[in-house]
Amino acid sequence: MNNLISHSYLILLFPLLSFVINGLFLCFKHRKAAAILSTSLSGLGAIFAIFLVVQFFISGAKPLTAWEFEFLSFSGNLIATIGCLLDPLSAMMILTVSLIAFVVHIYSIGYMQDDLSSGRFFALLSLFVFSMLGLVIATNIFQTFIFWELVGVSSYLLIGFWYNKPSAVAASKQAFILTRFADSFFLLGIILLSYIAKSFVFSDINSLRLENFAGQMISLGIIEIPTNDALVLSTLLIFIGGWGKSAMFPLHIWLPNAMEGPTPVSSIIHSATMVVAGVYLVARLFPLFAISGNVLEIVMIVGTITMLFAAIIACTQKDIKRILAYSTLSQLGYMMLALGSAKLIDGSVHTLGYTAATFHIFTHAFFKCMLFLIAGALIHQVHTNDLDAMGGLRKKMPWTYIASLIACLAIAGIPPFSGFYSKDEILITAYQAGHPIIFACALFTSFLTAFYMFRLFFLAFHGKMRSAPKHPVHESLLMTLPILLLVIPTIFAGFSFKNIFHHFFTPENITAISHNIPDVSFIPPLAICCAVLGIIFSYILYASPKANLVKALDSDNRNTFYKTIYNKFYFDEIYYTFVRQFILGGLASFARFLEEKIIGSLVNFFTTIIHKAGSLVRSAHCGYIPFYIGVMILGVLFWYFASNLPLQGA
Amino acid sequence: MTLLHCLILAFILFTIGIFGVLTNRHLIGMLISIEIMLNAANINFVAFAYFKAQDPTAGTLFSIFSIAITACEMAVALAILIAMYRKHHSLDVNTQEINHE
Repeated sequence: MNNLISHSYLILLFPLLSFVINGLFLCFKHRKAAAILSTSLSGLGAIFAIFLVVQFFISGAKPLTAWEFEFLSFSGNLIATIGCLLDPLSAMMILTVSLIAFVVHIYSIGYMQDDLSSGRFFALLSLFVFSMLGLVIATNIFQTFIFWELVGVSSYLLIGFWYNKPSAVAASKQAFILTRFADSFFLLGIILLSYIAKSFVFSDINSLRLENFAGQMISLGIIEIPTNDALVLSTLLIFIGGWGKSAMFPLHIWLPNAMEGPTPVSSIIHSATMVVAGVYLVARLFPLFAISGNVLEIVMIVGTITMLFAAIIACTQKDIKRILAYSTLSQLGYMMLALGSAKLIDGSVHTLGYTAATFHIFTHAFFKCMLFLIAGALIHQVHTNDLDAMGGLRKKMPWTYIASLIACLAIAGIPPFSGFYSKDEILITAYQAGHPIIFACALFTSFLTAFYMFRLFFLAFHGKMRSAPKHPVHESLLMTLPILLLVIPTIFAGFSFKNIFHHFFTPENITAISHNIPDVSFIPPLAICCAVLGIIFSYILYASPKANLVKALDSDNRNTFYKTIYNKFYFDEIYYTFVRQFILGGLASFARFLEEKIIGSLVNFFTTIIHKAGSLVRSAHCGYIPFYIGVMILGVLFWYFASNLPLQGA
Repeated sequence: MTLLHCLILAFILFTIGIFGVLTNRHLIGMLISIEIMLNAANINFVAFAYFKAQDPTAGTLFSIFSIAITACEMAVALAILIAMYRKHHSLDVNTQEINHE
């Protein structure tokens, strides 16, 4: 039975093969063949992943390195390897990524069938799956970084897939630059951490202890600081990498704009898998974060702000993909909050947050992916992203309607759907951590989540159609089937996997300190109440017979508060102003001043001298023959007299 | 008549030649001025041979050689000038422009 684990390189090989074959041979001419090849290989990958993960858990779920080879050797001890680490966390991610990749591939066949460049799409999608899988199985932080950048590149390429659309190009550039900005800190963190830990490998990093460095100093070139502080600093820098990738506030603006890409891309990259990489990174290095001072509290605060902020914005948006994007942000905030609140007020570390966050990654991936696929199906039929133009699709798309009802219930946190279980754990974590304000925020966000999801649901499916569709609306099999496939994990991933997560998902090297656990039995009913309240609220506003939809959808005649939220707190504008004023106006103009005035004038000075000397010489070349002869005669005379001058000192 | 007289004559001729080359605008005039300078040199040859040399024949022979070579040279120069005149219809150095074709 160990065969499967020793063949675990196959999970990387399938998507890589698909990328290479599609990218080199099938991309331009045989787009149908590319779709079939990509989908079947990702199907094989998904089946293999299921068997692999099942076998891994059956054989006891002991962390192990399945294979490893040397990639770069920096110095004697510091060797970067590429390998495959199997532990419960990476196994969970392998399963999630492979399954969702397969489903999205099927869906893409239907979604992209009219697109002439769908061959390129499948090639890039395979590249993404390859890089994401490489990221989750990384044995060391260096490998993580390599694949981290690869997912960034494939995300960039896929957001800008429709490169003839200026907004898509702008969004892809924005996403790439913002994540790169965060990644530069990540790289600094890796350098500093490997300098302290003398290793890249996760198991070495996670077994670091602050006590071992007590009293030591480390030189950072200019200054010398205690090693403990340097360790905390490197952890913070690494978290900034995850901050950008998971689009936490205030680096969040690239994620809603990334919705310019094709919907399957938004579904797999910008909701289910890539954006949780930041959360995954924190979870992977959890023991390091746990010992590093207040970094976990920063994680918690950042998560809380993002969660609340994004949920508020989502309540007012009209573009269905943007609502889902903000919802993703909000859920990512939940996960960060769960990880961050693992550190209790008295300083001890509790592992429930880790379990809750990883559990939420797992459940969220399925229902959010499904919601995006539903949004894609709606867009494909109605040809608009705008909720203004939808409505009344319930009868025309019955299967999609049922599926989206389930997904909305799941994300709102209604039992027995999966979202309830994971969100519940997060709420319990927040409560136990002893941060009442953060617990209240999480509870309020749970209300908002139910509200905006059902707002979308009612506006899209209930009422009357608010625009005349160009084509008759129907459901296509290739796009409905994947949605229905995802219903299964959306319903069952919650209660059936809860115990698995509780049993296996505790970070290594962390000893949970037993203490007085406050009574949490009141939290699940409270959370359900909040969610139901949200649903009722949105029913009254958007779906009840008395609801005034014209007024509810009006975004012009509103008060300032509503408009501020509708315009996303003007964050896009703030960024653009910042970029224009500070980067283009300040830094760039300073650089331009240096370039033009100092370097340029130096160069100009020399060219002027050479030019002047040249024109002096040139003036002798007047083309007047007697002048030449005269100069020649003078020259001869000069040499005659010069040779007779007593210059040699006799 | 001494060597000095001959040298002064040669010097005057040479100066006239230089003056002619520098001031004449016409190519044939310049050619004649160059001829004058060459003759000044020939006079020097003959004069040194006559007054100073052990055997004056060598100096005289050299000047005859130089006159013959100058004649050939002038023939070539005149041929070039005729070709130039055919092309440019003028032999004025001020209006001569190099024709890049």
